[in-house]
Amino acid sequence: MRIVILGFGSVGRGIARAILAKNLDLTVTGLADSRSGLIDPAGIDLLAALDRKGNGDLCGNPDVSPADVVAKADYDVLVEVTPTNVDDGEPALGYIRAALGRSKHVVTSNKGPIALAYPELRDLAAANGVFLKYEATVCGAIPLIHAMQEGLAGNTISRLYGVFNGTCNYILTRMAEDSLTYEQALAEARELGYAEADPTYDVEGIDAAIKLVILANAILDMRTTLDDVERTGITLLTPEALRLAEDQDCTIRLIGEIVPEAGVLRVSPRIVAKAHPLVVEGTLNAVTVETDLAGDLTFIGKGAGSTETASAVIGDLLYIRERHVQGS
Amino acid sequence: MKLEMRDQPGQLVAALQPISAVGGNIIAVIHQRETLAATETLDVQIVLELPEEGSLPKLLELLREQGVSVVRIGEQRLLYECTLITIGHLMHTDLSDTVDRIDTTGSAEVTDLSLAMPAINSPSSARITIRSTTREEMKKAIRILRGVAEQKDLLIIEPLEGV
Repeated sequence: MRIVILGFGSVGRGIARAILAKNLDLTVTGLADSRSGLIDPAGIDLLAALDRKGNGDLCGNPDVSPADVVAKADYDVLVEVTPTNVDDGEPALGYIRAALGRSKHVVTSNKGPIALAYPELRDLAAANGVFLKYEATVCGAIPLIHAMQEGLAGNTISRLYGVFNGTCNYILTRMAEDSLTYEQALAEARELGYAEADPTYDVEGIDAAIKLVILANAILDMRTTLDDVERTGITLLTPEALRLAEDQDCTIRLIGEIVPEAGVLRVSPRIVAKAHPLVVEGTLNAVTVETDLAGDLTFIGKGAGSTETASAVIGDLLYIRERHVQGS
Repeated sequence: MKLEMRDQPGQLVAALQPISAVGGNIIAVIHQRETLAATETLDVQIVLELPEEGSLPKLLELLREQGVSVVRIGEQRLLYECTLITIGHLMHTDLSDTVDRIDTTGSAEVTDLSLAMPAINSPSSARITIRSTTREEMKKAIRILRGVAEQKDLLIIEPLEGV
């Protein structure tokens, strides 16, 4: 199966390394990041591209843009793994529309387009007879979307809640463990590369809220936007508050919660018993799904990371190949 | 509640059966035969928990059908408990007023409060335990607390599990 990859950051390179390391039978015929691009119908030398990127060089030709790769390369699936833009989803949204319009399948890890335009993109994919897959947009390596769409098909989901942001979970874990202040724990998370220079997106609960919107719209058949999510971050939490929770064998976690019937979408710090399965350490993610037939299920795993997110993208790619694409 | 029934065999069982019929849980049965031996009736006190507020009228109706009259329904205990944590300038925004707003509902009250004030001018944290008679009253108390928090710029951390 022939794919093109847009975005050659952490996720894009994770996918390239996995393709090189494993015999996945995927040929990359196009590759682009924000500065340059490559098109090669015979298959791009990924090792050489990784080396160039690693040395700080351009991975391809500066005259080849991502839009060129989408429009001109010969491929079955567009792998769209450029950075998330939550305001208008661009430029990724345009690339996805263009590929679907060319009757190409799309696999993305990009939250912006899925959170903002899922119904439109779903209809466009259906009209062109192709798949749109987005497992990597929510909770990295955890196959939550696949589990809900396939494994739990036929169940009614009454409530879904969990830890959707590894950065916040790391900060809260450290505040509870060593009585660090919020600022100290954030500084430590930055040093370890778990938090961005501007951590607003994570610590104010925006990242978790976007994931709720994606699950609500794509899986739970709700029509919501980011503005519908009641949202409180973790910036005001104190070590004393964590100690007061600890005194009662509880702790505090940033929890995203959807109650479909009540129309509730909420991200807020909550008191959780330490024995609760959602109380995971460090940067892990954990999600509990309450269903009528299967009962309660809790998924725990790595919510971010190069290889982990690549795992979700590759899972989507192989899903499409099994069901749709003939030949390779 | 205190019940009055005819002093005949089987009457006590007849009085207890409706309690389980409405899903109630009997905590204690106090049977004071001696004091009322002169009369034809028997007084029994029963301490029980009911699953929800609405099951009390149903229980009373079932008891009447059994020929048991209810002499007195005692104080309802505060059965529902919820612990929250609040962060902010709790003293400067009049903590006792915050507590009063819940207590004055009459059906929910703050039964425990732990306060941590690390330094002057930095936000303090408090753990507040509220008890109420019913789940509805608890929801109402939490709504009141949310309103107060918004007004006084406090952060409220609610438990993950409901009341």
